[in-house]
Amino acid sequence: MSEALRPDLAIIARHVARGARVLDIGCGDGQLMAALRDEAGVDARGLEIDPANVASAVARGLAVVQGDADVDLAGYPDKGFDYAILSQTLQTARAPDQVLDHLLRIGNRAFVSFPNFAHWRVRLSLLWGGRMPVTKLLPEQWYDTPNIHHVTIDDFRAFVRQRRITVEGSWFLSRGRPTSAAAANFRAEHAVFLLRR
Amino acid sequence: MAASVSTQSLGDDQRFGLSRHVVLPGPLRLDGGGFLSPVEIGYETYGTLNADGSNAILICHALTGDQHVASPHPRTGKPGWWTRLVGEGKPIDPARHFIICSNVIGSCMGSSGPATIDPSTAEPWGMRFPVITIRDMVRAQAMLLDHLGVGVLKAVVGGSMGGMQAISWAATLPERVRACVMVASTARHSAQNIAFHEVGRQAIMADPKWRGGAYYESNDPPAAGLAVARMAAHITYLSEAGLTEKFGRRLQARPDRPDGAKSFGFDADFQVESYLRHQGLSFVDRFDANSYLYITRALDYFDLAEEHGGLLANAFRGTKTRFCIVSFDTDWLYPTSESRSVVQALNAAGAAASFVELSSPYGHDAFLLEAPEMNRVIDGFLRAEP
Repeated sequence: MSEALRPDLAIIARHVARGARVLDIGCGDGQLMAALRDEAGVDARGLEIDPANVASAVARGLAVVQGDADVDLAGYPDKGFDYAILSQTLQTARAPDQVLDHLLRIGNRAFVSFPNFAHWRVRLSLLWGGRMPVTKLLPEQWYDTPNIHHVTIDDFRAFVRQRRITVEGSWFLSRGRPTSAAAANFRAEHAVFLLRR
Repeated sequence: MAASVSTQSLGDDQRFGLSRHVVLPGPLRLDGGGFLSPVEIGYETYGTLNADGSNAILICHALTGDQHVASPHPRTGKPGWWTRLVGEGKPIDPARHFIICSNVIGSCMGSSGPATIDPSTAEPWGMRFPVITIRDMVRAQAMLLDHLGVGVLKAVVGGSMGGMQAISWAATLPERVRACVMVASTARHSAQNIAFHEVGRQAIMADPKWRGGAYYESNDPPAAGLAVARMAAHITYLSEAGLTEKFGRRLQARPDRPDGAKSFGFDADFQVESYLRHQGLSFVDRFDANSYLYITRALDYFDLAEEHGGLLANAFRGTKTRFCIVSFDTDWLYPTSESRSVVQALNAAGAAASFVELSSPYGHDAFLLEAPEMNRVIDGFLRAEP
C-alpha cells in the first residue's frame, strides 16, 4: 500500500485512465507516480529539479530524470504521453505560459494543480496585515519562496479561455475537502484543472 | 566441460569463477573492416546463473580497468576496482546476481590485444593488431556471453569507458539488455577528450623505447612515455577543488626538511608532483603501452550518434531497455551536459530513462569512490523490474 496522497494528487490519481502513459513534471520523490504505477498500471515518467528527490524516486524504481521544467521539456516529443501532470509547480516556473504550452504539446491531456493566491486567508493577510501571506500551502517568506508567479483561480480561468484551451474538468479544495466551483476563487486553497488543446 | 549451464554443474564448470581465460574461434568482424580470430578473453564471474537465466549482470570496465572488479588484482594485490558497488550486501551482489566482468579486447589482462600472440606470425601483434572500437569490445563481450550460456542480460553496468560500452550494448544489441546503467560517461568523445588522449599517445610514441610498438622482445618497454601519459590523464580524473584540498601548494617532506623546501631545481618539490610521478610509475608495472594507444583510440572514435545517422535518438528507437544515467557535478572529463544529451535522446525516443547528477568533490573518479547516493540509485533501479 502506498502512503496517503496529498488531496490534489488523489484527485489526479482518480482521473488518470488505467494503463495510461504519464509524464509527471515536478514529481518530487515520486509519490504520485508510485501510486499510479502500483494501483493503476500506469507507465509513469517523471521530471524533477531536486537531486535528492530524484535519487529517492529512482531508488523506488521509478523512471525520473533530473531537470528543469523551464528548460528540459523542449526535448520531449509531441503527444508522447496520454497525460502530462504539473502539480504545485506552475507558480515556480520562470515562464509558466511556455511550460503550459509544452504540457499540452507533450500530453494529449494535462493536469495542472496550483495554490490559489485569491483564497480568503491570503486576501486577509494582505488586507489586514499588509504582509505577504505565509500560510500552510505557501509556507515560505517573500525572499525565499520558490513561488515566483502567484496565480489565482480566476487568473487561470481567464488564461485558458484566452488561449482557447479546453477545460475538461476542474476540482477545488479547501482544507483537503472539495468546495464548489462557484465561489472557488474566494474559498478554495487549491485548484486542479484537466486541460486539452 | 559441461555443455549447458545448470545450477548443479556450476561448481565444477571451468567456465565460471575467478581469473578465467577462454580462446574463442571467432572470427569477430571489426568496425575497421578486418576480422579478429581467434578472440581471447580474460574474465571473471561471481555468483550463479539462475534457472531461467534472468539474473546476469555484465560489468564493463574503464580505460585502464580489468576483469578483477571484485577480486584482488593479481599483480598489485589491491582489492577489486568496484568493490564499493559489487559484492556481498552491495547493489550488485553475487548472492542474487550472476556477475560477469571481462577484460576488453585491445587491453592487456588476458584478452586479445597488441601484446598477445598473432597466430599468423607466432609473435606479439604489436602495432599490427587491428584498431578496435567500443562496439567491437561489446561484440566480443557478446561472444563471451554466448560461450557462458547467457542470453539476455538483466543489466549492463559501467562507468567512464565502461559506461560507453553499456550504452553501446543497449544500442547495438537491445534485445539482449533489459537495463543499462551508465555512470560518469558520454555518448561521444569531445575535442577536449581527444586532445588529452593525443598528449598521452604522443608521450608514448616519443619514448625511444617504444620502437614502433615492437618492444616486447627487448623486455624494455616505453615506461617513461607511458608514465607521462598516465600523469596527464590522471589530472583529468580529479577536480581542481579535490587537488587543492589534497595537496594545495604543500611541499614534499625531505629527510633534512620535514616541512619540505623548494630545491631550486627540478625534483618533485610539490606534493602534487610527487603524487603524479607515483601514479605514473605504479601504472607502468601493470599496463602495456600499446594497449594504452589502442584503447584511447577506441575511445576517441566513439560517437554513438554517428553510428546511427547522426541522431543519437535513433540509437534508442523502439527500445524496451530501461536506462539509468548518473553524472557527478565536478566531473569535467565527462561533464553532466554529456549525460543530459543522452537523456534528451532517450526521452525523444520514448525510452524509460532515469537520470541524476550527484554531488561529489572528487571529479571523474567519484564513481569509483564512496558514493552512497550512487549505490542507493543503482540498487533501486536494479531492483525495479517492470
